[in-house]
Amino acid sequence: MEDIILNKLNYPILTITTFLPMVGALIILFLRNDRLIRWVALATTIAAFIVSLPIYQHFDKTTFKMQFVEMHQWIPAFNINYSFGVDGISILFIILSTLLSILSVLVSWKSIQKKVKGFFIALLITEASMIGIFVSMDLFLFYLFWETMLIPMFLMIGIWGGQNRVYAAIKFVLFTLAGSVFMLVGMIVLYYAGGKTFDILALSKVNYPVTLQIWLFIAFLAAFAVKVPMFPVHTWLPDAHTEAPTAGSVILAGILLKMGGYGFLRFSLPMFPEASKMFLIPMIALSITAIIYGAYVTLMQKDLKRLIAYSSVSHMGFVTLGIFTLNATGLEGGILQMINHGVVTGALFMCIGIIYERTHTRVIADYGGLARAVPLFVIFFSIFTLAASGFPGMNSFMGEFLILSGAFKATLTGGAISIWGVVLGVIYMFWLYYRVVCKDVNPVIEHHLYDIDAREIVALIPLVILIFFIGVQPEALLSYMHVSVQHLVERVNGVGGGGMEVLNTVKAVGEALK
Amino acid sequence: MLVSVAGAVLILLSGEKRRNLREFWSVAAGAIMFLIVASMLPAVLDSKTIEYTLLHIMPGIELKFKADALSVLFALGASFLWIFTTFYSIGYMRAHKEHAQTRYYAYFALALTNTIGVAFSSNLFTMFLFYEGLSIITYPLVGHKQDATALAGARKYVIYLLGAAKVFLVAAIVLTYNLAGTLEFAKGGIFPAAVQAAHPILLSVIFLLYLYGFAKCAIMPLHGWLPAAMVAPTPVSALLHAVAVVKTGVFTVLRVVLFVFGTDLLKNLGVNQIAVFMATFTIVMASVIALSRDNLKARLAFSTISQLSYIILGAVLLTPSSLVGGISHITMHAFAKITLFFCAGSIYISAHKTEISQLSGIGRKMPWTMTAFAIGSLNMIGVPSVGGFISKWNLAVGSLEAGSLIVLLALLASTVLNTAYFMPIVYKAFFEKEHDDGHHNGHHEDIKENPFMVVPLCLTALGTVILGIYPDLVINLAREVIR
Repeated sequence: MEDIILNKLNYPILTITTFLPMVGALIILFLRNDRLIRWVALATTIAAFIVSLPIYQHFDKTTFKMQFVEMHQWIPAFNINYSFGVDGISILFIILSTLLSILSVLVSWKSIQKKVKGFFIALLITEASMIGIFVSMDLFLFYLFWETMLIPMFLMIGIWGGQNRVYAAIKFVLFTLAGSVFMLVGMIVLYYAGGKTFDILALSKVNYPVTLQIWLFIAFLAAFAVKVPMFPVHTWLPDAHTEAPTAGSVILAGILLKMGGYGFLRFSLPMFPEASKMFLIPMIALSITAIIYGAYVTLMQKDLKRLIAYSSVSHMGFVTLGIFTLNATGLEGGILQMINHGVVTGALFMCIGIIYERTHTRVIADYGGLARAVPLFVIFFSIFTLAASGFPGMNSFMGEFLILSGAFKATLTGGAISIWGVVLGVIYMFWLYYRVVCKDVNPVIEHHLYDIDAREIVALIPLVILIFFIGVQPEALLSYMHVSVQHLVERVNGVGGGGMEVLNTVKAVGEALK
Repeated sequence: MLVSVAGAVLILLSGEKRRNLREFWSVAAGAIMFLIVASMLPAVLDSKTIEYTLLHIMPGIELKFKADALSVLFALGASFLWIFTTFYSIGYMRAHKEHAQTRYYAYFALALTNTIGVAFSSNLFTMFLFYEGLSIITYPLVGHKQDATALAGARKYVIYLLGAAKVFLVAAIVLTYNLAGTLEFAKGGIFPAAVQAAHPILLSVIFLLYLYGFAKCAIMPLHGWLPAAMVAPTPVSALLHAVAVVKTGVFTVLRVVLFVFGTDLLKNLGVNQIAVFMATFTIVMASVIALSRDNLKARLAFSTISQLSYIILGAVLLTPSSLVGGISHITMHAFAKITLFFCAGSIYISAHKTEISQLSGIGRKMPWTMTAFAIGSLNMIGVPSVGGFISKWNLAVGSLEAGSLIVLLALLASTVLNTAYFMPIVYKAFFEKEHDDGHHNGHHEDIKENPFMVVPLCLTALGTVILGIYPDLVINLAREVIR
């Protein structure tokens, strides 16, 4: 009990934040009017956002301990608890979830016309389970939310998606479920190996035998790598992203991909530190492959949404690279970049959704000359393009800067190769921008184009603010994670050398063999 | 009080962006900016610096501005010449009836904002921000004509600059931050002694990354964007070549040489020898290529590439005189090159000629323009009493101080080459009879010089002469930088 701080507020803030969207979904269930349903959904998401704010106000940045902890017995027979808590690693994801949910409702306002009730229920359940994942302190509870999230997401893609929606939805579910099964097995093994408990903190303190660590690391890797997604299990992502409705894409890019990265931070690193270090080189290699390969595939995409989807593969490669540098700079960069990616890619998907609503085409070749047709839209699009390409003073630059800084500390070669990913990032974003915004307007779509309205501006502005705010004040976010990340680094490196030392050991072994 | 001065500059800079819908604002903003920069002059000559921190981003990374001698020297030249460029633009754009003039002026002002931002940056992060901003802002200016060649040229331009910045510069900055723990400029370098001893090779690599990352300095082989960018309207070329872009490139290299590495460290590393070689090579090579170009603007572009390497050479020779020569050449070259480009534009607007072989006898039709052109050429060659002489003299002394005979020979050779590619133009213009092939008869009658364009170009030509006779201000500022 020494490394948790019980909730000092006189109400269970994490429970309320998590289950408020569920309540909203329940209310919507009994409504018939589509207009009313939209407003209730909006009100619910805004309420959840407001409720989540005191977490930041009362968060103690000076400790790595779990805070606002709520703990109740749930299934005593298996020592399963209902326990919630946040620390410096998970706290930022909560606000990201609640914020993106509001924006998702806003962008679905007009684009969702059929089965409105079902859509917003699915959206709100997704929000609840996303938050649940980030606040769970019990492995069983975590897994529950992890799987719960799959169902509404499956429905959102499969029912409200594009032409190929069923294929995409099934592919998505198959990939994720296949990964999750391995995690389930890993969980059960962990339960017995760790002294019959599902408590994540307790499990993180046990020093498991190295062989077991390796197997468990692989089992959890299967689940997380699919979610991130890491090369080569990324193939579900472009399909899911492309076919999902805008809100679905925003949530996929903004939150769902982050669950994998969060999983590495919460489970793989602290529970299997030795295995993490043994897998260091393959993991870094996979990350760099994802960065470079993802960027090249992005370059040749002809479909707007697919292009952004593949760019996610490349960007998430940076995130995993940051995480597996295993030093504080890289880890913080990785976490920050997850937030950044959620904001920027979410914004780009919203932009595409907005323009798709008007033209009903996602083929890049159909566009051109938007600068003249929809100038207001282009202003936003320009900002997001610059942000995605890592322009200094904007959020992604800070994330990439930290990750590269960490990568150079861990391995010079790795850092040098991943620089090329940054360059490709600039190329595909600017080329996309050139093809869509410059040149002449396509006469076929010209009369469909009209500029963005107030609702869409309201949905985009918070993201613009965040982009610049994180870009010039990353410390505001980083300060939440400093202590927790430091604790994590100590935990990982406490049982042996750091990233660089492992590399040196590997080198020394190589020398000895010669 | 000093902080508020720098703060006022910032407020003005942001104000321009919105107000710059009329040419009047352009001129006014330029004049006010010039006055403010000039008002910092006495303080800077007293070896003081003016600092203003806008935002703390992370430990060692800040958005921070600082005015020291080097930045004032650069900003002074840029803001002063901007006033002339604006007047000239009015003449050029109206005579040419260009489209999208509002966009043109707005981006022009933004480009200058970024240039001044680079000048007053007090750390690598801030400088990188404005450097990148400048690349992106100038893209629509270069591609202003919006036809196929203009867009292709602009694309090449932006790919070279952004690509090099991302490939080399990001890596260099990240590594610098890792090794030094800060990005803040400091006289004599920022790398701690322990790092200097431990990573000599890595530091050498970082230096080369910087040298090529700042592709705006157009050192070979990364010079290709400059001739490509010639598709821009002439005032933009003038701005690119004389005031903003290329000077930003060499300015940033000077910053890195003097304030990130420091002359002692570079000398110990010996990496400056590579840079000296590349700069010398660029000087001679670009001059030779310039000889072979018939298009006036293309010849000027290769001349710029060659002249820029003078500045780089001055920086990397690392001797006091060469540094003074290099730094003062920023200003000297700026005045001369802007004159030459103004002339090229004036000829194009009045006589519709772009090739050198067509220029026979034009001196009699456009006496003011071609006189100014002659003065500009003399500056490039480095004839005494014109500004270029002063900097070239210092460079030559510097090469002797460094004991490098080859560099001295290269300097002399390039002087000969400069003469060879500039003097024929002047000769043609004044002493050759125009070819009368019958086609252009009647057309020649209405060659008239446009006052809006001629007055600025005469004034900048006069400026080069004044700088040649009274170079004290520039030299003193340059000395202040290296003291």
